[in-house]
Amino acid sequence: MKWKMAAVATGALLGMIGCLGPANAAHQKPRYGGILHYMVAADAPPSFDGHAEGTFATLHPFAPFYSVLIRVNPKTPSNTGDIVCDLCTHMPKPTDHGKTWTFTIRKGVKFTDGTPLTAADVAASWNESIFPPKGVVSVRQKNYIMVKSVAAPNPTTVVFHLKFATSAFLPALADPFAWIYEKKILDKDPHWYDRHVMGSGPFKFAGYQVGQSVKGVRNPDYYHKGLPYLDGFVATFAPKEVVRVDAIRAGRAAIDFRSLSPASAQELKAALDGKIAVQRHDWVCGNLLYFNENKKPFNDARVRRALTLAINRWKGAPALSKIAVVNPTVGGIVYPGSPWAMSKTKLEKIAGFWPNIKKSRAEARKLLKEAGVPHLSFTFINRNVDQPYKYVGTWLVDEWSKIGVHATQRPVPTGPWIASGRSGSYEVYMGAALCRSIPNPPIDVQVVLPHSFNAGNVGYYEDPHAIALYEQMLHETNPQKQHQLLDAFQKYMIGTKAHEIPVVWWYRTVPYRTYLHGWKISPSEYINQDLSHIWFSPPHCGKCSLTPPKTADASPK
Amino acid sequence: MTMVTPNPALSRASEEAQEIRRPFSAKVFGFIRRQPLGTVGIVIVVVITLAGIGANWIAPYNPISDHFSAMLQPPSWQHLLGTDQFGRDILSRIIFGARTALIVGLSSATIGGLSGLVLGVASAYFGGRLDLLIQRVLDIVMAFPLIIMALVIVSVFGTGVDNVIIAITIPLIPRCARVVRSSALSIREVPYIDAARACGFSHARIILRHMVPNVVAPFLIMVTAFVGQAILIEAALSYLGLGVQEPVPDWGLMLQGGAEEYAATAPWIAIFPGLAIMLAVFGANVFGDALRDVLDPRLRDR
Amino acid sequence: MYRYLVKRLLLVIPTLFGAAALVFFLMRLIPGDVCLVRLGAGGATVTAQALHTCHVKLGLDKPLWLQFVLFIWGLFHFNLGISLWSGYPVSYEIATRFPITLEIAIFATVLSIMIAVPAGTISAIKQNSWTDFFVRTFAISGIAMPSFWLGIMTLIGVLNLSQYLTGREWMPPISYIPLLQHPLENLSAVFLPAITVGYQFSAVVMRMTRSAMLEVLREDYIRTARAKGLIERIIINRHALKNSMLPVVTVIGIQFAFLIGGLVVTEQVFNINGLGRLLVEAVQNEDYTLTQGIVLLVVTVFILTNLIIDIVYAWLDPRIRYA
Repeated sequence: MKWKMAAVATGALLGMIGCLGPANAAHQKPRYGGILHYMVAADAPPSFDGHAEGTFATLHPFAPFYSVLIRVNPKTPSNTGDIVCDLCTHMPKPTDHGKTWTFTIRKGVKFTDGTPLTAADVAASWNESIFPPKGVVSVRQKNYIMVKSVAAPNPTTVVFHLKFATSAFLPALADPFAWIYEKKILDKDPHWYDRHVMGSGPFKFAGYQVGQSVKGVRNPDYYHKGLPYLDGFVATFAPKEVVRVDAIRAGRAAIDFRSLSPASAQELKAALDGKIAVQRHDWVCGNLLYFNENKKPFNDARVRRALTLAINRWKGAPALSKIAVVNPTVGGIVYPGSPWAMSKTKLEKIAGFWPNIKKSRAEARKLLKEAGVPHLSFTFINRNVDQPYKYVGTWLVDEWSKIGVHATQRPVPTGPWIASGRSGSYEVYMGAALCRSIPNPPIDVQVVLPHSFNAGNVGYYEDPHAIALYEQMLHETNPQKQHQLLDAFQKYMIGTKAHEIPVVWWYRTVPYRTYLHGWKISPSEYINQDLSHIWFSPPHCGKCSLTPPKTADASPK
Repeated sequence: MTMVTPNPALSRASEEAQEIRRPFSAKVFGFIRRQPLGTVGIVIVVVITLAGIGANWIAPYNPISDHFSAMLQPPSWQHLLGTDQFGRDILSRIIFGARTALIVGLSSATIGGLSGLVLGVASAYFGGRLDLLIQRVLDIVMAFPLIIMALVIVSVFGTGVDNVIIAITIPLIPRCARVVRSSALSIREVPYIDAARACGFSHARIILRHMVPNVVAPFLIMVTAFVGQAILIEAALSYLGLGVQEPVPDWGLMLQGGAEEYAATAPWIAIFPGLAIMLAVFGANVFGDALRDVLDPRLRDR
Repeated sequence: MYRYLVKRLLLVIPTLFGAAALVFFLMRLIPGDVCLVRLGAGGATVTAQALHTCHVKLGLDKPLWLQFVLFIWGLFHFNLGISLWSGYPVSYEIATRFPITLEIAIFATVLSIMIAVPAGTISAIKQNSWTDFFVRTFAISGIAMPSFWLGIMTLIGVLNLSQYLTGREWMPPISYIPLLQHPLENLSAVFLPAITVGYQFSAVVMRMTRSAMLEVLREDYIRTARAKGLIERIIINRHALKNSMLPVVTVIGIQFAFLIGGLVVTEQVFNINGLGRLLVEAVQNEDYTLTQGIVLLVVTVFILTNLIIDIVYAWLDPRIRYA
């Protein structure tokens, strides 16, 4: 294996790195054949239905069975702005001042039961997601508030009518969960897809062992000619990291697509020298800390500022990145790899990001004293997940102890975690609201806005000034000015008022067996998971035939 | 369940009698010779107790503050048992962990034991409907395996030392109440209790003066056994992520998360806390055995 | 005997009912619910509307008492309901996991009996010898060791050992294959967990064998046999072992019943798709129906085992019936 990464992520790994396949894969021809065994870092998901679920535990095993309308270019998944067609023939230009989008659907696409896929199926699937019938859950419904209607005037045309033109529409439409279902089935039983699979993707569903694994086999009729390369796959659920690592070590699996900890990647490289490649990438996911401003003393901006001033992010993030899936790069509420992110010099002027930690902590103590709580003591709710939630929580407790604050970490399982945020029973709350599948910063930063603007916010405060700042930024048309306004908005939200504070951003580290080729990492574990481009080098591909050379471009523009 | 125990080994009685006359040092040596395992147990229990009490003075480092410059160091003279992923000294965390283990083990064992004692004695003394009711409720709780009951309770109350103690205590109560009740029942009908009742003594007085002393031996044996069990359940809960939480130094917690991740590359993180648990429970168990021999000669050498 | 049997059987009903009620209400005390976990696990914001739709779909919008009545009513028809998490019938969810857990439990039991009974007997015969101390230390260590820790150590040990010996690393299969389908794969999957649990199990049995044996060896009829000049081996095999087995069998029965639900932690370590792991999943997902189903199964197995043991005792020892 010629491609080697430095063993541990360092400060040099700023911005986007990774997304390069193994160097020698380029001059090798993809081979056909082989069964991919991979691990899914979770317990089995509640249902198979991508429209109703938001977890990678549904996406990783089931995405290969489906096609979508448009998607992030599978050739350059690291650039989430490059959106291309999957089922459509070309990316349309909007008409009616950006309010009408007309897509032409490919001909000759078939569901694996033989039914031809038409625009009616596409429209029906989108209608189910955007306007769910009574009794049907759609988790991403609110992402499509701009959509007025979806229609299929003829078998090859789908038209989206919007209420207002917005740049947020296309990224929302490229959602990797937006699988195209069969209309006939949806009409008969909208819940059928909960526990059944019928799609037109590169693989055909071949069985589910309850709670354990999902099997797929090659779809010979796949419309992207020459794909997929693999004969099939087996996705096995294993929430424990050690099990997944051992499985890759012992050759029972080739990869875990989400992310392993840096330590696990190191262990694999050490144990299987030369047989493990690693791809790394910034992760559009980060931890956001909420304060319950209904509870004293967290209604006092001085206290919130003190708590963010106590955190030595510049030292902590690189250190944590060695043991947890944490990005060594420090960022605000816009993810560090984004063109919308704040420059380091600007960031260093915000409370909590000062380069001089001594000064910062002295200020924190002073603020706490002024607020009358020099020996503040509180409990913060965390999610009962090791990577990176609890690692970050443990670090925070120690950071706060350095300004005389006594914090108790209370990690709880997912249910109580969400419940305590919603009920407002917490004092300080570790959330993960910064996670996105396709980043769209001007829209994404809404998560920090108060409840009256963003119903999902659990900070329990109102701040009209914050909303005004945001709306000014959103409606600015000059990109440079908009960026400046976004910076100002960030500074106000996380520094001046410290309503919520960003803690760390995450980082993906995906080690895998070197016989696996053709998979490219992206900033989100949701993107580019249809497995159609993955192929094995001998002997893992079995017969390893070179038949049909790749003719059709996977995603015509 | 009732088990019929055979008559006590009478031959032992004369040995007892001889023993009383021997000097203290000879007694100690005699005990060590006859009960080498029990001696080991006592030593372990004493060492762990001292470590727990004197952690602040004994531990070489602060057990909870991160040292990013000393992450994942193997055992050395500086860090006898190495450091963990946060650069914390493992030896110090184990020493402070003894305190957490003692707190969790002792409080759940004693609270569980005492509640069981009260319920058991009340159940036996008052009998009738109260007895029946208590017995049925205890039956229900007893039917759950310990770990399952603790798992559900900790899910209700949440994590942390205090809630873990509650979660372990509740399923221990009926186990103690059972034993105490059957011991208490066997003496309820003896003549002197009847006599006491006839004299018009208050319930409290009869219970405290006559019944309780008679169940003290099985009670103490039970409680010692609980300490070991409590430590193990706490470790299991922590392993499931539902027990004591970071950064509190705790043996079970030290085996969760990081320990598994680093079991291959930094095995010291996983090995030493596991050994600490094993030693502590081992000590508590053999100590309990020895205690039983002393308190209840009838069961000697079981 | 007949009256005792009936009385004992009747007692099972309130216990089962109580256990069912206890799980039902305890589960509902956990903050949040299955809908929040389902909808919000991926980090998405859960809208009130989506939450309500989910509640209606799963029947969680009904008043608590009605849910309870429906649950109990279902029990009378041996209907445990539908898993709120996966939508499969609870009985199906359990049935797919039960064979795995049962297989491990059986292997662990057989293994522990094979080790524990001879070791315990020898330990008793050679009381206070070095063999005795060794066996006792080994036994108490087994009880003292957290089983998951032993599991982690075993897994790492096997990985490193196989690499050292063959140059290729080996670990048990990560998914379960039924015994009849592929015996070797199946056995290699259950082997390590069975050893891990079996050790702890054998430690308990070993202690019981030893103490029961010691007690019996002091009985008068053994002395008589010795006085008659019988060979020690015959005394042990014919008289002592047979008579000391009753408490041992009891302990094995109870331990086995516990294993059905008690593999909670071990199954996590080895990624075994068994009942224990399912239970932890169900509790964390707040899948009320599934948790109720599994717990009731475990409780029933436990109660029935106890019932059988009690009846056997009563049958063997008439004094108990009147106690």
